[in-house]
Amino acid sequence: MPRRTMIEAIRDAMDVSMERDDKVVVFGEDVGFFGGVFRVTHGLQAKYGKSRCFDAPINESGIVGSAIGMAAYGLKPCVEIQFADYMYPAYDQLTQEAARLRYRSNGDFTCPIVVRMPTGGGIFGGQTHSQSPEALFTHVSGLKTVVPSNPHDAKGLLIAAIEDPDPVIFLEPKRLYNGPFDGHHDRPVTPWSKHELGEVADGHYTVPLGKAAIRRAGGAVTVLAYGTMVYVAQAAAEETGIDAEIIDLRTLLPLDLDTIVASVKKTGRCVVVHEATLTSGFGAELSALVQENCFYHLEAPVARVAGWDTPYPHAQEWEYFPGPARVGRALLETLEA
Amino acid sequence: MADAGMLRFHVPEPEVRPGGTPDFSNVTIAEAGSVPRPDIDVDPRTIRDMAFSIIRVLNRNGEAVGPWAGLLSSEELLEGLRNMMTLRTFDARMQMAQRQGKTSFYMQHLGEEAVSCAFRKALSPGDMNFPTYRQAGLLIADGYPMVTMMNQIYSNEADPLKGRQLPIMYSSKEHGFFSISGNLATQYIQAVGWAMASAISNDSRIAAAWIGDGSTAESDFHSALVFASTYKAPVVLNVVNNQWAISTFQGIARGGSGTFAARGLGFGIPSLRVDGNDYLAVHAVAKWAATRARDNLGPTLVEYVTYRAGAHSSSDDPSAYRPKTESDAWPLGDPVVRLKNHLIKLGVWSDERHAQAEAEILDTVIAAQKEAESHGTLHAGGKPSTREMFEGVFAEMPPHLRRQRQQAGV
Repeated sequence: MPRRTMIEAIRDAMDVSMERDDKVVVFGEDVGFFGGVFRVTHGLQAKYGKSRCFDAPINESGIVGSAIGMAAYGLKPCVEIQFADYMYPAYDQLTQEAARLRYRSNGDFTCPIVVRMPTGGGIFGGQTHSQSPEALFTHVSGLKTVVPSNPHDAKGLLIAAIEDPDPVIFLEPKRLYNGPFDGHHDRPVTPWSKHELGEVADGHYTVPLGKAAIRRAGGAVTVLAYGTMVYVAQAAAEETGIDAEIIDLRTLLPLDLDTIVASVKKTGRCVVVHEATLTSGFGAELSALVQENCFYHLEAPVARVAGWDTPYPHAQEWEYFPGPARVGRALLETLEA
Repeated sequence: MADAGMLRFHVPEPEVRPGGTPDFSNVTIAEAGSVPRPDIDVDPRTIRDMAFSIIRVLNRNGEAVGPWAGLLSSEELLEGLRNMMTLRTFDARMQMAQRQGKTSFYMQHLGEEAVSCAFRKALSPGDMNFPTYRQAGLLIADGYPMVTMMNQIYSNEADPLKGRQLPIMYSSKEHGFFSISGNLATQYIQAVGWAMASAISNDSRIAAAWIGDGSTAESDFHSALVFASTYKAPVVLNVVNNQWAISTFQGIARGGSGTFAARGLGFGIPSLRVDGNDYLAVHAVAKWAATRARDNLGPTLVEYVTYRAGAHSSSDDPSAYRPKTESDAWPLGDPVVRLKNHLIKLGVWSDERHAQAEAEILDTVIAAQKEAESHGTLHAGGKPSTREMFEGVFAEMPPHLRRQRQQAGV
């Protein structure tokens, strides 16, 4: 099976979708002729023409707002916001319009759009190239939120998102674009070609939205993670020797609660890990759900390891980013509690 | 250089406040028939002055004059009059229903009936409007059932939107009327996207975007103009300048620019200004702009100069911020009266027939209201099921919502 980077896998997902359905259109800033600042849309304009893949003015509200109009017409736009940090001007369109169109019109109009956004830190991106705003989407009724952690899932989830009848926020951890990353920034990064999840089948397949994946089976403690933190958690388990069960959520909303609850009921312990800031982050929702659904099985408080409640700094990148050492400490503390 | 002294902060004020005498002497109004009618493929650069004038057809004597006249038959004009009268009567009844506690909220169109009623008649089947909350004339003029509108206003058991939406936030794909949102200006850029999609699909349908004077200050107004201009989208960009955004006069949104139409010029968009109380002028300009869009000539911006004669909404009292008689002083008059006088001048209408039509329309609206109220009003009679509250958030109900629905006991 061919191996692809996450960039190639996401591009392939759009290629496959555009080939199968001429209602799929792709646009955003620098997405057309140039092929995107991360090369994710490279070659799509040449293959499908300017009517299907094109450059947009620098106006996030305009990109999402026009995509909503296109979706109301009957197209299936898959648009890009260059960095998740720059989605805020589009927040009105995403939360008040895309998310509610089906509900408020009782299905008279619908909004099958996908909004792709590179997200996450660990790349010296500073304040506006590192953010993880997923909690700002999961709090909005009517939006689905997806965060893939590997090329195989990225392709399958994106195709599923494009085919989904509702708006999907597709957050791409840019730290994972070229290879998995476990937080050990002082070591060379291995490329996806050396990783089994870099195997990406040709042609059409989907990974269903709303289904988590167990990346490491274990009996001592459940780790709930997504995106880059999946690899950080794996490294932390390995380095501490703790038999952790690591769940890659893949879709934050709808959430695969069954997989989470089954795991925590088995292990009796749970650590939630994300890059986003702690307070009111998605980890708070996960922690509350685990507490509500597994209270009598819990043998320790649910722990959260997250970004600090500060803007994402530049020089202090590795003091901010929740690396394997911090996650490992939380695993130990949870076991000792 | 002379010392300029300390900086002073500027906040625009309307000419007159409550207690003062209404004064529109600063509003320059072109003579009916005086503005030329350019070819639809005109070079936008050559008609920049049209963004500062006002296209008018009906003169003081009720005659249709000039190059924008002559598009509509008397039958079509009589239908237009009936539509405007229907909207006005509908408004009056629903405003009263709100006062009677049958619904929570209403917004009238008083004085602006010509804009949406005449515009609707310039579109073709399949075209899509992206209206604000003050274009219900688009529905009336397209024959959308009044009972259904009232069912929505009453949030009753027959409400097509299942009680989920605030009154008057209608939606009808079938009638080319996009779902109304409470968030101002959002639909303006969506209309451009819809038009882009039609062009991408090599379709022949066009979109119409709607916004009020106050909301042009929202950033989505700018987004829409950029996208419409960049992609030459087949869209008519309508600005309804009714002089007021709740309590703020249009000068607060205008930023000292000459007109709202002039906003389009910087984007290379042909921009026209029209007498919004002149049914014939509105229709002629709308037809011109719609034809341009359909002929791949790109967007047109149209500013309708009108006056919000009623309160902003059923929750508003205009006497707190403008003179009570200001609407009477408005120099462009009343759209219903002006079309009525024109039809009388044409010899196809009379005061007697008008009075008779008023009575007939009132009967029709009351009958519709009775039927709607048989399905319930906000606090009495039939209402949408509580189950409906959980439906339609997504195409398929996700597990967490199903759990919540069970918790709610439905």
